[in-house]
This record gives sequence, structure tokens and C-alpha cells, in this order.
Amino acid sequence: MAKVSKSNRSRELKNSVAKWLVTVGGISVLFTLVLIFLYLLYVIKPIFESATVEPVTQIALTTKTETLSVGVDELKEVAYQISQSGNINFYHLKTSDEQAKNQYQSGDIALSQPLVEQGDILSQVISFGLDNKLLLTKQGKIQLIKPSFQAQYTDNSREIVPRVSYPLGESSLVIDEQDETISVLDFAMSDEKMVFVAFTQDSRLIYTSFIAEDDFSYSDSDYETNFIEISDEFTDVDEVYISPDLNLAFVRSHSTVFVYDLDDDSASLRATINPEFSQANTYLTTMALLSGGSSLLLGDNQGQVSQWFEVATDNGRQFKQVRTFKSQTNATQGEPAIRAIYPEQFRKSFYTLNEQGELNIFYTTSDAHLWQGTLVEENMQALAIAPRADGLVVMSESLNTDSVKQTLHVFSVHNEHPEVTWHALWQEVWYEGYAEPDYIWQSTSGSDDFEAKFSLVPISFGTIKAALYAMLFAVPIALTAAIYTAYFMTPGLRKKVKPTIEMMEALPTVILGFLAGLWLAPLMEAYLPAVFLLFIFLPLSTLITAFVWHNLPRDLKTKVPETLAPLILIPVIILAAYAAFALSPVLELVFFGGDMRQYITNDLGIDFDQRNALVVGIAMGFAVIPTIFSMAEDAIFSVPTHLTSGSLALGATQWQTLAKVVLLTASPGIFSAVMMGLGRAVGETMIVLMATGNTPILDWSIFQGMRTLAANIAVEMPESEVGSSHYRILFLAAFVLFVFTFIFNTIAEFVRQRLREKYSSM
Amino acid sequence: MNKWFKSGSPWIWLSAGGVSISLISVLGLLWLIASRGLSYFWPSELYQFNLTDEAGAKQVVIGEIYDREHIPVSQLAHLNLTLPEGQETLERLLIKTGNRELVSLDFRWILSTNITQTTKPETLAVVERRTNGNFYGFIDHIVLDGVEVAQDRLPELVERVEQFQAEIDSLQKSDIGAINYQLERLRLKARKHQLQGELTPELQQSIDDEVAKLESDYRTLEKELMVFRDKIARDQLVMRAMDGQLVTINFENILKVSFNNQLGVFEKTKIFFSQIGAFIVDDPREANTEGGVFPAIFGTVLMVLLMTVIVSPFGVIAAIYLHEYAGKNSLTKLLRIAVINLAGVPSIVYGVFGLGFFVYMVGGSLDQIFYPETLPSPTFGTPGVLWSAITLAILTLPVVIVSTEEGLSRIPSAMRHGSLALGATKAETLWRIILPIASPAIMTGIILAIARAAGEVAPLMLVGVVKMAPNLPLDGNFPFLHLERKFMHLGFHIYDVGFQSPNVEAARPLVYATALLLVSIIVALNMTAVTIRNRLREKYKMLEH
Repeated sequence: MAKVSKSNRSRELKNSVAKWLVTVGGISVLFTLVLIFLYLLYVIKPIFESATVEPVTQIALTTKTETLSVGVDELKEVAYQISQSGNINFYHLKTSDEQAKNQYQSGDIALSQPLVEQGDILSQVISFGLDNKLLLTKQGKIQLIKPSFQAQYTDNSREIVPRVSYPLGESSLVIDEQDETISVLDFAMSDEKMVFVAFTQDSRLIYTSFIAEDDFSYSDSDYETNFIEISDEFTDVDEVYISPDLNLAFVRSHSTVFVYDLDDDSASLRATINPEFSQANTYLTTMALLSGGSSLLLGDNQGQVSQWFEVATDNGRQFKQVRTFKSQTNATQGEPAIRAIYPEQFRKSFYTLNEQGELNIFYTTSDAHLWQGTLVEENMQALAIAPRADGLVVMSESLNTDSVKQTLHVFSVHNEHPEVTWHALWQEVWYEGYAEPDYIWQSTSGSDDFEAKFSLVPISFGTIKAALYAMLFAVPIALTAAIYTAYFMTPGLRKKVKPTIEMMEALPTVILGFLAGLWLAPLMEAYLPAVFLLFIFLPLSTLITAFVWHNLPRDLKTKVPETLAPLILIPVIILAAYAAFALSPVLELVFFGGDMRQYITNDLGIDFDQRNALVVGIAMGFAVIPTIFSMAEDAIFSVPTHLTSGSLALGATQWQTLAKVVLLTASPGIFSAVMMGLGRAVGETMIVLMATGNTPILDWSIFQGMRTLAANIAVEMPESEVGSSHYRILFLAAFVLFVFTFIFNTIAEFVRQRLREKYSSM
Repeated sequence: MNKWFKSGSPWIWLSAGGVSISLISVLGLLWLIASRGLSYFWPSELYQFNLTDEAGAKQVVIGEIYDREHIPVSQLAHLNLTLPEGQETLERLLIKTGNRELVSLDFRWILSTNITQTTKPETLAVVERRTNGNFYGFIDHIVLDGVEVAQDRLPELVERVEQFQAEIDSLQKSDIGAINYQLERLRLKARKHQLQGELTPELQQSIDDEVAKLESDYRTLEKELMVFRDKIARDQLVMRAMDGQLVTINFENILKVSFNNQLGVFEKTKIFFSQIGAFIVDDPREANTEGGVFPAIFGTVLMVLLMTVIVSPFGVIAAIYLHEYAGKNSLTKLLRIAVINLAGVPSIVYGVFGLGFFVYMVGGSLDQIFYPETLPSPTFGTPGVLWSAITLAILTLPVVIVSTEEGLSRIPSAMRHGSLALGATKAETLWRIILPIASPAIMTGIILAIARAAGEVAPLMLVGVVKMAPNLPLDGNFPFLHLERKFMHLGFHIYDVGFQSPNVEAARPLVYATALLLVSIIVALNMTAVTIRNRLREKYKMLEH
């Protein structure tokens, strides 16, 4: 007895363990779906977060003279400051990076080096790129220096060692032929060329270029100098900027900006920019070039920054004001003027500093105002953006009674995805160089300062277009086939026909896509009239056959009953299709001058792609037909027979019963079948990938291709960098697809469940 | 007429037309793939065309007829052809002429009006080569070790080279491959110990010794290889091309020489089947556009098997829960909606999820924990066969669930009640009664899942498929099954060769053949599943009565 109870207990235990396991297993299905949803969200979330700026370290400095320039290395481990007294000081910064050598405290001096001769002091420091600094001294000496950082690895730890180099040698550079003192200067350089535009004390605007004999990246390369005087008509020049491609110079004199073309041996005025202000007493206070050098940013005394770039207009290329940026303050006492604009090196972000010491971060493409705040209470002397745009170095100075206190502040900036905003994804955006705002998807390009165009509109449009054309083709065929199979067909035939059509669902879509792209598309291009003829011939031939059968003698009718209609129609349809294809060249010759495709492009002016919406519609239609057919057929077939019997008994014809009773009852099921089909068409990847040209365009034309969300993911995902904005936007595309299909499927399933309950209650 | 319309008969016929169109498209599609795919294996006739063009220049073209089309004469107006009045279209032939070393394109169009004479010379040969595609021409002479010999030695020489090639292959792939693999493992072992700070001089010494030994093995093998290389480079075949040029082809480059015009139907059939066999067991050549698809078949099968192992238990358990345990509550409703949605979510979304979650998140973490020695190059943190299998397992989960549940719902409840009444617990009833009866339904579900997985390409493009995998995921090197490796897949092969290869025209027949192979596998799997299901349904009907 004891034995039995023991075995009983173990049986009980097994039973409950099994129950527990099965329950966990069952619920894991739900868990999987939720996991997919949450994971997609988790990847997407960072792109909608706004920027944050947090203080990291502060170093109280011993220097007393004004700071002209600051900078930091890529890893934010060493910062430097160039002071008016002509010294460059490098300071260690503490980091939390495990690999960094932790023996330094923040503020330890890594290197301190004089840059000017005894008795001289610096008057200006001009930066270009990340690490080229041009020094101007009081005595008129001009030098190019390059603070650089080298990581040295010892025993799995890393130390950043700074050093200063003189790419053009230590002797003074000659920029003005007449050796006059220079008051305003900017420069830009490439490996082979270096360009200066300067305004001298005696009011000449000059353009000087150095052309390297081999390469400026080798130290002490010899160069040839070329002096050109641009103009002597200026009385005052406030700022000069040279575009990084060395082709344009922007010269600001008060509220007017003059743009010069810089050729090898001349400089000519290209355009004049005269901003119009809405308020009186507005004038420009500063300007800057956005990364890439094609946009100009102008800041004014009303706290507003405007972006300008060249746009193709009817009168040739012209500079146009594209958008304006403004911080959000209560403007009762008027906005403080913009003091300085700091563009980021590689992205289209920029920082503005106003007279009250408030910092604002903007991104041009997405029109985003990312951050607003005051970094330091004291007077800000210099600001630099870290090379990876993940930090700021700020030099501040407070003048308390008689002691000067200088502090170097380091901030970390989290601003990984400024280019993505709801506006940039779904609304028209005016991109650099475009004539007007537009929806464009162009995610990558070869160049570094490329403005990524992430509009989801064209690819979402493509998805809808492809799905609609597919449904246009699939729904009539699938539903008529379902109606006939479920309602009119003999059980014997139905048993064979249904699995055959459902077999289509099992066909890999890669095969449908391959046939569509390599067989159907060229065929349809060659026999284009035939495709349109088919739309007339197929129903026509069917009706004629039906009429002929109707008028057949009665004994023949019993031999070939109406229930065999689908089989009778097969040869008829094949013949009709053959006729359409045979007639196609004749039609082309008679109506379209021998080639319909040529006719469409040349005479009608419609663009024609070989792989177009028509091809996709047919190919994807085939993929969707079995889905719709199968579910609609089930819904119609399971309409309770007493309903139909009742209707027929009351004298309705077969067709009346079908239309008024059966279809009406089954309509929720048919609806859910169409929804499921739509869900499948929206997410289909391989067919659209192979049967369209994958060009993201906004055009309903049946002769043009499209790019869908799914195909876009398949094409671009393998090449996108993990964690980048592009990667996350592709996840967003997947999420959009997920939500789309989730809605379709859930509605379809709800409707179906309701229908099932209704049937069972009948 | 009006009465006829009122009777609804035309509409009935129109709806019948829908059925007909669906049937025609299914069967037509299968027929299209089958005919195009099979014709790839049939040895084609070799033609010699004597051409005279409009200017009167004569030319000889040798090759296979690849395609023919009729084009309207108006399109050729610029050629100033002299044609009989009233002729509106003209036949144009696409000839595969091969001989890539002589002409840059291995296809050319010729107009039927230019052909003065078409012959099928029996001595015309087609040489299949390892590189550079086919060569069409006449055999001029054979050089054996520098001496000209009789042409009947040809089969013997081809066979000799074939044997040596096989030995070179086995040397390169298994022996040298194994040595390289072991060298890499030793390097990683040293790195691992170094990372853990346990690399003692003795250990380093023993590793160095092993490396030295392997390297000396490698040198001996390399010598052997050189001997074989010399041997196969001994003989040459000199061919006369269509323009009379003599071209020397080394035997090491020759796979097969055939005189298709000498073959009878029986011999052609024999070749037809041997070509199908070769297609299945050979490796691809020439950037996948020639040769066989063995690695793709192998990759597909292995991935699908792995997926089956993962999906079956989960699918069956979920179905059992839904049908046997779950109450009629909102959780069950939610679960059903989850199942429907898992079936309806686009496959590419699974690919994206698999790439982000499995490959980068799970795989990346695994690398950090278990394979720090190989970093920064990832082991599991990169697309591979395991992640593909898991991703597809989620994708096919609903297929197994739906099919199993259908099987469970058809089991008469009397059987459950009987078992429970006799004192069995619920678990015992499940294990001893329900599952055995439902097993064919489970099989059906698994087969359908396999068919679905075998044809799915889009998610695999993100989580593990490549156009050319250097190593199979299963080989003779420990641990034999390399789950982290990338693999080739039949479906992706179709996409890649058909759309990404440099010479789409030449690769098209191979794509059709691959498509045929894939379709046959999938249709066969589906038919099996449907047959099992139908038989099962009938069995249940018997149980009910």
C-alpha cells in the first residue's frame, strides 16, 4: 500500500510538473511576441531622445592671461588651452574608461610649451578642421601649429601623449605681399593647397594661396605662393570664412555677406547676401559655415540664426534663406544677441552662444532645437566641441575684485541622433542644394559631410503602392475563385482544386520574385499591349463561353454540366491569352508605331521602368491569392446550410441566394481574408526586392517602380553601422511594418472569432 | 439574353473563371520552372552557322542556340536589309559562343536572314572548363608531355587529370584545411591563456612545439601538392575555334570534353541524369554561375534541421497548452492573437529582430564571456547558422502550433475521458494516449514548417546567409558542427545568382535549375504533409463512429 501511494505521489508530482512546463511553454509564445515588440522599441527609443549636456570636470587654472583657443583629444582624456601670453598647456582629464591609465588627476599638466618668442604675445588664433591652428602675434608673425595626440599602449593600458608640430615650419608665413598688419583672417587647407583670405590694416581684401610641391602632410614641404588682391573697396570687414573645399570665401561687412569664387589665379564676386529682417534695428552679429561648407549660418542681434545655401532657381543659382532657428525664451525684454556660432565638425549640428551666456544646440536638417541652457555663470572665453561631438571644453574667467580666476570646464554631450525627428521622418525637408523642400530617402553616400536624408514617406508610399496594386490584381481573382469553389463546386472537384491553389502559398517568394524579375518583366515589356488586352479578353471569353453553353442543346448540357465550368474554361482562357499575345505585335504596329514602350516614353512622356508596379502587382498578387482564397473559401463554405436551403426553398435562384444570403453572412470572414492578404502584401520582401528597381520615388504610375519598407531593410540593413541613426531608423521601419501587420492581423482575427461564434449560435 | 443575365449564370461562370485562372497560374508556374530547369541538363546540339552579312563578309559562328525571338522589321531599318516584300517580323537567334579568351561576350545575336548554311558537324566539341566557361570548337591535336599524340587518347587523359584533381582537392580541403584550422586554434589557445594571465613559459613552449610540428607537416603536404600540380600540368589540348584560331587548353583546366552531335537519345538521357547528379553534388564554380549547388543544399538542410530541433518541442507544447490546459479566458484569447500575429508578421521583421537581438545582443555577450581570445573579431556576434535556425524557428512556430492543435482538436474527447476514468493522470493521458494519436498531426506541422523555412530568404539575408561560404558548417575538424559559421542557402542562391552575378544571362539556366530543385523539395514536402493530414482525418472519422 505504501508503495502504491509513493508511486502515486510521484505520479502526482509528474502531473503537476508537466502542467507547469506546458503552461510556461504555452505562454512563451505570447512572451516571444512581446519580446519582439519591446526589443524593436528598445532599439528605436534613443533616436527620439533629446540632447543632454552634463558637467564632467572643472580645472581651476593658474594662468592669468586671456585664453584664445581650447581643444580636446578624441577620447576626452587631454584638453589644451592656448593663452594670449603665447603658451599652449595640455591638461590631463580623469576618465572612467578602464583602459586609460589612471595615475593622473584632472588638471595635471601633460605638456606646456611656449609658441611665441620672448616679448611677443598672441593676438589671434584661427582654427580650421579639428587640429589646425593659425597663430597671429602682436609683432605680425604668422605660424601654423598642429596640436596632436598619440595613444601609447603599455600593458593593456593607454596613455594619451600630446605634442605640437609645425606643419609649415617654424618661420613666419608671408600672407600679405606688402607685409601690412592683418586685422581679419581665415584660412582653409587640403593636402595640396592652403588658402588665406585676409583684410589688412590698410583696407585691402587679399587672397593668398600656397600650393604644396608634394603634400602638406609631410613636414616642411616646400610650397609656391600666389598673391591676389580681391578688392580695396571695403572700409570694414567683420569676419571671413573659407569653405573647406577652398572654392568659396564668405566676407561679412556689417550686415552684408559677400561671397567670392576663389579660382587658382583670381577671385570674383559670386553673390551678395543681404538678409531682410522683420524687425527694425536688426543687424548681423556673427556668422559660421556649417559642416560640409555649403550652408552659411548668420546670427543677428535679435537672437536668431538663419541658414542659407545656394539653390537652383530660374535665374541660376542663388543663395536663399532656408530656415531660421531661435531659442525659446520669454521675449519680454528682447532676445539677447547671438555672440558666436560653433558648428560641429562632421554633422549638421551647431551651437550658439548668446550675449547672456546661454548655449543652444540646433540641428539644421531636422529643424531641431536640441538643448538650451547656461553652462557657466562666469564670462565664457573660449569653447570647443570634442572631435566626436560628445563633449565640450569651455574656458571661463571671473573677475572678482582684483584676482582673475580661470577655470577649464569639460562637459559630456549626449546627442547621438540629432538628425532624426518626427518632422524629418514624415514631413517635407529642405535639404542642402535642393530647390525646394521634398520627401527624400537617401541614407548613405561616399562623402563624410553628406547630409543624410531619412524621409520614411517615399518608402512607406512604395509599400502602400505595391500592396494596393497587388490587391487590385489578387482580390477579384481570389474572391471569385473562393466563391465558386465553396458554393458551386462539386465536393470531388473541390477536394482537388483547393489543395492545388493552396500549394501556391507554399511556393517560396524568392522564386516568384525571380520569375517576375527575369521572366515576367522582360516578357511584359515586349508584349505590353497583350497585358492590357488580357484584362478585356479574359472576362469576355468567359462570358462568351457561358453564353454558348447556355444555348447548347439540353442533352449536351447534361453531358457537360455547369459544375465543370472551371475545367471548360481552362482551354478557353489559354486560347484567349494566346490570342492576346499574338495580337500584341499587330496592335503595337497599328497604334503605337511598332513599340508601345517607346510610345509611352516618347509620345506620352511617361517614364517607364522594366520592373514596374504592374509586374509587382501581378507577381505579388499571385503570392497573396492563396492567402485570401483559402480563408474566404473557409468562411463561405462554413455558412450553415439551413440558411441556403431556406433561401432556395423560398424560390430564390442559386445566384440570389449567394449574393443575398451567403455572401452577406460570410462577409466578415471575407473581410478578414482580405485584411490578412493585405498584411502579407505589405510585408513581402523578396518579390518587391527582385521585381522592382528599388528606387524610392513618390509616383503612383503603374509603369514605375518603388521601394518598400521591407525591401529597404533587406537592402540597407547589412551595410548599416550598428547603433547609428541609420540602423535605428531601419529598426523603426521594421517596427512600422510590425505595427501595420499587427493591426491588420488582430482585426482580422477578431472578426473571424466573432464570426465563428455567430455560426455556432445559428 | 436579359433573362440569362438575371439568372446569374454569367456571374457564376465569371467566378469559375477565377478558379481557372488560379489553376492555370499554379500549374503554369510549375511547368515553366520544370521545363526551363530541366532543359539546363539536357545536352544541347552544337551548330555551325555560315553567315554572310549585308556587306557580303563571310563568317563562321559555332555554338548552342540559347534563345530565339521574332522582332519587327521596322526596328532593324538601320541595317538596310534586303527582305522579301510584306515580311514584318524577322527571326533572331541568340547563340552561346563561349570562348571567353577570344571574345569578351560569350553570347551573340545573329539574324536568320544572314545564315547561308547551318550544319551540325559531328567532330564539333564542347570543352567544359574550370575557369573561363565553355569552349566550342574542333579538336586540332593533343600534346602529351610535349609530344603530339592520337586523338583517341583524349578520354584517358581527361580521366587522369580528374583523378589528380580529386587528390589535390582532398589534400587542400581536408589535410591542409585541418592544419590551418589547428594552427588557428593554437593561436587562440595561447591568446586565451595570455588574457587570463596563465601563459607559463612551459605552456608557450608546448604550443610553439605543436605549431612547429604542424608547420613542418604543412610543408610536406605542400610539396605533395606541388608534385600533383606538376603532373596535371603535363598535357595540353589544342582546339580550333570558329574563326580558325588555334587555342591551347591545359588539361588541368578541363572538366569534360563532349561531342554532343554524336550522341543518340539514349546517351543523351544518360548524360542528362549524370548532369543532374553532378549539379547536386558538385561545388559551384565561376562565382556561382557554373557547377553545382552542393554547399547551398547542405546549408539549407543543416539550417532547417537545426530549426526543426528548436521549433518542434516549443510548438507542440504551446499547442498542447492551448488545447488541453488553457481555460476559456482572456489570456487564451490573447495567446491565440499572438499566434496569429506571429504567423502574420513579415519575415523581414524577424530578420531585423534576429540580427539585433540574437546576433548583436546575445551573440555579442556570448563572445564577451566565452571567446574573449578572438575579439575583436566576433565568433557568435556575427550572423551564422545557429542564429538563422533560431530566427526561423520563431517564424515557423505558428505553423507547428496551428497544425498540432488541429490534430488535437480532432481527437474524440471520449478517448481522454476514458483514460482519465481509468485513473490516469492528465500528464499520463497526454503522454500515452493523446500524443501518440496526434503524432501524425505533429509530423504534418513539422513538415510544413520545414517547407516554409526552406523557402524563406529575406530574414536569412540579415542573420547568416552568404553568397559563398569557404567552409561548410559541418566538417572533419573538432567540434565538427560549427554553429557560428555562415552558410549558403538555395533560396538566397537564386536571388544572388539571378540578380547579383556579373553575367546574369549566362547564369539564368542555372537559376532555373536551382529554382526547380527548391520547388521540388518544397512541393514534395507539402504534398507529404497534406497526404499525412488527409489520412489522419479519415482515421479520426473512423474513431468517431
